[in-house]
Amino acid sequence: MNPQVTPVLRLADAGLAFGDRPLWSGLDLDLRPGEFVTVLGANGSGKSSLLKAILGLQPLTTGSISFLGRPVTRGDRHIGYIPQQRLIPAGTPLRGWDLVALGVDGHRPGVRWRGRRSVRAAVEAAVAAVGAGGFAGRPIGQLSGGEQQRLRVAQALVSDPSLLLCDEPLISLDLQHQQAVSRLVDQRRRQHGTPVLFVTHDINPVLPMTDRVLYFAAGRHRLGTPEKVLHSGVLSALYGTPVEVARIGERVVVLGAPDHHEPHHPSEHGGEHE
Amino acid sequence: MNWWERIFNFADYGQLLGLVHNSLIAAAVLGVVGGIVSVFVMQRDMAFAVHGVSELSFAGAAGALLVGASVVAGALVGSILAALAIGLLGARARDRNSAIGVLMPFGLGLGILFLALYEGRASAKFGLLTGQIISVDSPQLGWLIGICLVALGLLVAIWRPLLFDTLDPDVATARGVPGRAMSLLFMLALGLVVSVAVQIVGALLVLALLVTPAASALRVSASPVLVPVLSALFGVLAAVGGILLALGGSLPISPYITSISFLTYLVCRVVGSRKGRVVRMGQ
Repeated sequence: MNPQVTPVLRLADAGLAFGDRPLWSGLDLDLRPGEFVTVLGANGSGKSSLLKAILGLQPLTTGSISFLGRPVTRGDRHIGYIPQQRLIPAGTPLRGWDLVALGVDGHRPGVRWRGRRSVRAAVEAAVAAVGAGGFAGRPIGQLSGGEQQRLRVAQALVSDPSLLLCDEPLISLDLQHQQAVSRLVDQRRRQHGTPVLFVTHDINPVLPMTDRVLYFAAGRHRLGTPEKVLHSGVLSALYGTPVEVARIGERVVVLGAPDHHEPHHPSEHGGEHE
Repeated sequence: MNWWERIFNFADYGQLLGLVHNSLIAAAVLGVVGGIVSVFVMQRDMAFAVHGVSELSFAGAAGALLVGASVVAGALVGSILAALAIGLLGARARDRNSAIGVLMPFGLGLGILFLALYEGRASAKFGLLTGQIISVDSPQLGWLIGICLVALGLLVAIWRPLLFDTLDPDVATARGVPGRAMSLLFMLALGLVVSVAVQIVGALLVLALLVTPAASALRVSASPVLVPVLSALFGVLAAVGGILLALGGSLPISPYITSISFLTYLVCRVVGSRKGRVVRMGQ
């Protein structure tokens, strides 16, 4: 097989259930180099659990996941992970640099003793790549949510990941920072061919860069190009209830989807099922 | 004798100093380790847990006093059991706080029961609640220092992943940091330090050495290196300074330790607010 199209990530007949509550099943997904897949769906439909499964933190009920040709392992450091923005409080004794540096060696035991210089070089490059040079030296608790989120992107990229998982990274950011963060993710996959799995409740900020959409609803899912999946007929069949997809200018709005536009429920990300 | 002489009295100071130099070493070590632990106590929002662990440690020490066992061992057993229980029961803050709220009065009640049954020296009873380092003998001091050093070694060994887990548990887990293990190892280190602090400043005043130093340091710095260093320094200042001031008087050392600790915090607040104003003006 041509190595160019070997999938970085492969889910085969993957299914996940909590007790007798199935989240999704029969999921087949091949993520190829440079591909941008946006994951949509109602709260509690298992979007974040999918990322947890890929990170090896959540065993599948059925099927398998392989990453770079091998079964996923717990906390694989070839995967970059960008979480949803959670404001780091003022009075945290770390500077922007330090947050990024944890992406290099935060998992290692002990204190950073040797290799300070190489860590510093990697951190500086990553900080520059996300345009955070102007504020990375300031205490992290004094930075805005958007600035902190840029640094989290740098933290995820500093270890040169082969796959990027984004779990609602745009939530509670203003429009400008939403664009900035999604542009940085897009830039990474264009320049390095790192495929992206991007979980979000609003596709619009990432619609221009989305190659395929994975849409979860009512224990089922649909995978395909945005044009194909974001369609009234397709989503109505998926939800099992009439759903209207409207296109207003460049924006896509899904109307009538159960639970879709309710405020984000934090417990989905809060390790409820750990 | 008037009040002032009972509070501050430096007659025969040199002679007294010779008698307590072991206590001073123990206090200095506790100051350093307590100061460093307190940085994580603040970051992980564990002040209430410190208090809970110290009451259980008190119960253990009181139980040991009653049955004639080693108070150091009793404090250690109570402390570690409580720390691990809190670590296991409550990964999330709300679960943790309710677990502590349940454990704490139980421990305190148990301790008071043991002390009421104990028929030995009354000062030993009071000492467990409010501090008694001067009455701790040399072999015990050796143990206290050893326990502190083990806690320090443990903290240094898990420093980076603990920091990562404290700052951003989701990402740390995604990067392969075992969050539960970090939490339990930290609680173990905390338990070790608390068991020593209970015997030096007393169960009721442990927070002065395990929360205030970092709370002060965080007022004046945000550097990952400077904050632990300052915090350790403030811990030593309070613990050693407290003993030195208390030496000549006839009072327990804890009010001196807690007062120095509190004054340090006030000074840091003032310095911090000035610094903040300069930074804001500079922007």
